[in-house]
Amino acid sequence: MKKISTLAVLLLALPGAWADQGDTYAEFKAMMDRSFKTTGIAPKHRMYQLDFQKECSQEKQPPKAVMDRIEAEQMKTIRYPADGKYFGDWKEGEKIAVSGRGLTWTDKTPYNNGGGCYNCHQMSHHEVSYGTIGPSLLEYGKVRGNSDDIVKYTWGKIYNAKAYNACSNMPRNGDAEILTEQQIKHLMAFLFDPNSPVNKK
Amino acid sequence: MVIRQKYLVAALAVGLAGAPLLAAASDDLLEGINAYREALADGNPSELVAAEGEELWKTPRGPKNASLEKCDLGLGPGVVKGASAQLPRFFKDTGKVQDLETRLMTCMETLQGLDPKAVVNAGWLKGEKEKMAALVAYVVTESNGQKIKVDMRHPEMKKMYDLGKLAFYHRAGPMDFSCATCHGDQGKRIRMQELPDLRTQEGAAAGWGSWPAYRVSNGQFWTMQHRLNDCYRQQRTAEPIYGSDVTIALSVYLAATANGGKVMTPGIKR
Amino acid sequence: MSTKPMRIRASVKDGVTEVKALIAHEMETGQRKDANGAVIPAWFITELTATHNGKPVLVSEFGTAVSKNPYLAFRFKGGAAGDKIAISWKDNKGESRTDEAAIA
Repeated sequence: MKKISTLAVLLLALPGAWADQGDTYAEFKAMMDRSFKTTGIAPKHRMYQLDFQKECSQEKQPPKAVMDRIEAEQMKTIRYPADGKYFGDWKEGEKIAVSGRGLTWTDKTPYNNGGGCYNCHQMSHHEVSYGTIGPSLLEYGKVRGNSDDIVKYTWGKIYNAKAYNACSNMPRNGDAEILTEQQIKHLMAFLFDPNSPVNKK
Repeated sequence: MVIRQKYLVAALAVGLAGAPLLAAASDDLLEGINAYREALADGNPSELVAAEGEELWKTPRGPKNASLEKCDLGLGPGVVKGASAQLPRFFKDTGKVQDLETRLMTCMETLQGLDPKAVVNAGWLKGEKEKMAALVAYVVTESNGQKIKVDMRHPEMKKMYDLGKLAFYHRAGPMDFSCATCHGDQGKRIRMQELPDLRTQEGAAAGWGSWPAYRVSNGQFWTMQHRLNDCYRQQRTAEPIYGSDVTIALSVYLAATANGGKVMTPGIKR
Repeated sequence: MSTKPMRIRASVKDGVTEVKALIAHEMETGQRKDANGAVIPAWFITELTATHNGKPVLVSEFGTAVSKNPYLAFRFKGGAAGDKIAISWKDNKGESRTDEAAIA
């Protein structure tokens, strides 16, 4: 008897709990909708999530199957350089890596953005002010070489990091049009060129 | 001349440590920055802002020509001491959870007859927002050294906590960032800036407990609403409306997580 | 343009008085530009004097290298509880201000 009554209570309780969660989320969406506004180049619709953004907005990462699906979807967005040339000028690349500017509502234009790389990564031998949210990229090219595979992987990672790690902290620099193809080429040179301070002391 | 001699020494130390060194230098560099912060704390210019705020608190203003001395910040009319250590809280008279700034707007409206829109629509540190910053500096100074003690018993507080937590993890915008991107892990930095892990009691207490604060780099006193606004700006999302529910919900989430920690307001930041 | 009060604290220990003052001033360098690209005119303290019972104990020249809302701390020999400390400044716009405090 006891077992049955427990089960009955559980059955009654479950739909209640579900409905409650749904209510909170509906309320959350309504709250977000009335709490933000368009300012300058930052429209209000920035608050509306892409599917993967929503799936990556929890305390824990989503299950592996979901991660795999997101990664496969994001992989399709990557555009490799049309002319087959992966490398620009590392000196330009360094400037892009240093600059954390762009895309805020106080910026005048949505173009000419920085890469903000140093916010999260150690990169060169001489810059000591670097963040630690991402892994160190010091001596990136020296350590990894420049095989076709690693060059292509690195391009893809800069273009859309979510293709390799669904809920990566790193922005989708190419896919989200933060950086241009030319800017990514410069960053590639900064990472791989033997004369770049990333690789040369 | 003895102008801020301590600052000079500390600043020099930072410069020296920063020059030729590599990864191992980071710790020295951070130590130098921390020494610099300590030196700054001795002469926190928030005091100047707080003095203005205290005067403003006692000055009759608005169509009703009344001061804010009867404003109820949660501990009864006119009680300022310790009030901000217990905010945000649910207020029966407005039927809402309010943080310090939205509560002050309620007092300005009811006691003085001032239109809160004048605060909401003003630019940061301009017009009514500058006055708000001064009032905030005064009120939070009166809670310095107390314990963060937010009453979470009211269902509306619990609800705001849940909504704030959802907001904390909400990834959006062209860079896919959320609050958790930078404040959801232990021991991380952006450039040389150490980031508190706001999911933990210790991290939340360090963050919530030291804002509002005076920022030496730009000579500005920033309220918590100002702080949260700039966090969103750096996340590249849309701009949160001043005093909007998302800012209150996040504040409840942070303050509740920080509960028991020490109030170090007004803070001083580089 | 009205000036804002300083916060002055002074205390004596073992025959040495320590004075700490927070001075409210914009300290504009004249090098900065506003959002429209117009130069913000220089506006800074040029002279600062501190007196103990009317007698100067610190006379200094200030310039644009000093931060907004400067903090000043100095010590001098002598002084007793209740003595008057006064600090005065003048700026490049001809404004001036004096505030006082008693030694604790």
